[in-house]
Amino acid sequence: MENVKILERIKAKFPEAVVADQDCCGDLQVTVSNDAFIEVMQFLHDDEQLGFDLLIDILAIDNSARRRKPPRFEVVYVMISMDSFDRLLVKLPVVEGEDVPTVTSIWQAANWAEREVFDMMGIRFAGHPDLRRVLMWDDFEGYPQRKDFPLEGKDFDEKWDPDTIEVL
Amino acid sequence: MAEGKLMTLNMGPHHPSTHGVLRIVLELDGEIIVKATPHVGQLHRGIEKIAENMNYQQVITLTDRLDYTAASLNNFGYCMAVEKLLGIEVPKRAQYIRVIMGELSRLAAHQIWVGTHALDIGAMTLVFYGFRDREMIYDIIEEASGYRLTPTFLRVGGLANDITPDFIKGVREFVKWFPTALAGYHTLLTDNIIWRKRTMDIGTVSAEDAVNFGFTGPSLRGSGVPYDIRKAKPHSSYEDFDFQVPVGDKGDVYDRYLVRMEEMTQSLKIIDQAIENLPEGPVNVDNPWVTNPSLDVVMDDISALIRRFKIQSEGPHDPVGEVYQSVEGSKGELGFYIVGDGNENPYRMKIRSPAFILISALSKILPGHMFSDAIAIVGSIDIVLGEVDR
Repeated sequence: MENVKILERIKAKFPEAVVADQDCCGDLQVTVSNDAFIEVMQFLHDDEQLGFDLLIDILAIDNSARRRKPPRFEVVYVMISMDSFDRLLVKLPVVEGEDVPTVTSIWQAANWAEREVFDMMGIRFAGHPDLRRVLMWDDFEGYPQRKDFPLEGKDFDEKWDPDTIEVL
Repeated sequence: MAEGKLMTLNMGPHHPSTHGVLRIVLELDGEIIVKATPHVGQLHRGIEKIAENMNYQQVITLTDRLDYTAASLNNFGYCMAVEKLLGIEVPKRAQYIRVIMGELSRLAAHQIWVGTHALDIGAMTLVFYGFRDREMIYDIIEEASGYRLTPTFLRVGGLANDITPDFIKGVREFVKWFPTALAGYHTLLTDNIIWRKRTMDIGTVSAEDAVNFGFTGPSLRGSGVPYDIRKAKPHSSYEDFDFQVPVGDKGDVYDRYLVRMEEMTQSLKIIDQAIENLPEGPVNVDNPWVTNPSLDVVMDDISALIRRFKIQSEGPHDPVGEVYQSVEGSKGELGFYIVGDGNENPYRMKIRSPAFILISALSKILPGHMFSDAIAIVGSIDIVLGEVDR
């Protein structure tokens, strides 16, 4: 299906939920408002004509270094339909500290993808079955992909003192 | 052990069959797995974070270190994502050479996979054949780029340099010779009764489950879903080549094995067509914001000299925008999501790693199997931890 028709179909079902749309070098990207988010995602998965049944990836963008006004984060969902091989990018603006509803009940692939977003950006997913860090270790403090996290890590310049090391 | 009591067993991170530093905590009832919890991240280097602080041409060296068994395919995906963001298209000759490099890398990755997968299950011979044949591919890649494992041969806007006649000769020899070696692999495994008993009806994933788990690549096609980016969304002249997408029907370990074996034949077909129909012409796009002006012009023209200096020190500048581009990696869909903000480095780069999602499904697939089958299943989804942990 063409991008225009995909957009028309989503807008026909949810006239108010689609806040904005743009063309990302050939792929359609729709920005969805927070209230109707989970209904839109369920519709995108279940609808016969759209049928976006393969969730490729979830990622988050931290806009604090280029845009001062909230919302600070944007969460992007990349999905593909296995019938028509159409691709869709769904974007959700997220204010700092706000929870995002999980989509693990729709796509099981979201499980680790959401864990990674939580690990790297500190965005919590409400209703996630197992929200733990995935790449960093469990008692790591801070969220490395945020723009205010230093590239070298927080303890890069700290002197190492053998007397303060705890033996586990 | 007392009746009804579960044993917790830590498989990895040093277990030889985990192909890197993967750790799976298994809860066993006798020899049956009840619960499996994979732990990743021990190879995490923060490639996405480092990339935000490097310019576009420098990031290519980082992508080599994702899936180090098929480095050129990672370069391929990254370069195409940046080119899509910049709105440029590389010349036809460069596209064909990229396809050749990509498919050679895929073959090399599959050769390692078939060797180590068979070694895990107990067939030792194949690993020597796999590494012997991979060495031929690495000789060809070395001829083009000067490096074996991390070639960094693809650049934003084209290639590092044009290929040599020796490269073409090497590829032709390899294409002629490899079917014999592949027939040897088949003789050792495909009809081998032990191999079939160890792999058939093990780790079965239905088509619906595979799609829902987020499987891509050979693991998805083994379950019977014909999703291959080279066919579904042809890029870099893949539409010029005649090849099939092999699919399995049951989705067990044996089907995934057959799909990868057939993929090697198809890759060879693509390489053969590309090398025989290689177009003439330049290998770099002629764009003043991306590629260097030639040295002859630089010696006469001060503006060309400045341009060369700017491109060497900063590389291309991105427009404000976002792009998602993926290629068919050797493990599945390898995607790059790049956010540009008008600087010489990506504002945000996210790598969609196929094996990361594949590992997450292990906790759903492994329960109910014997412990020894876990080794076969982990081998069959083909993971490289450099790509999982990034």
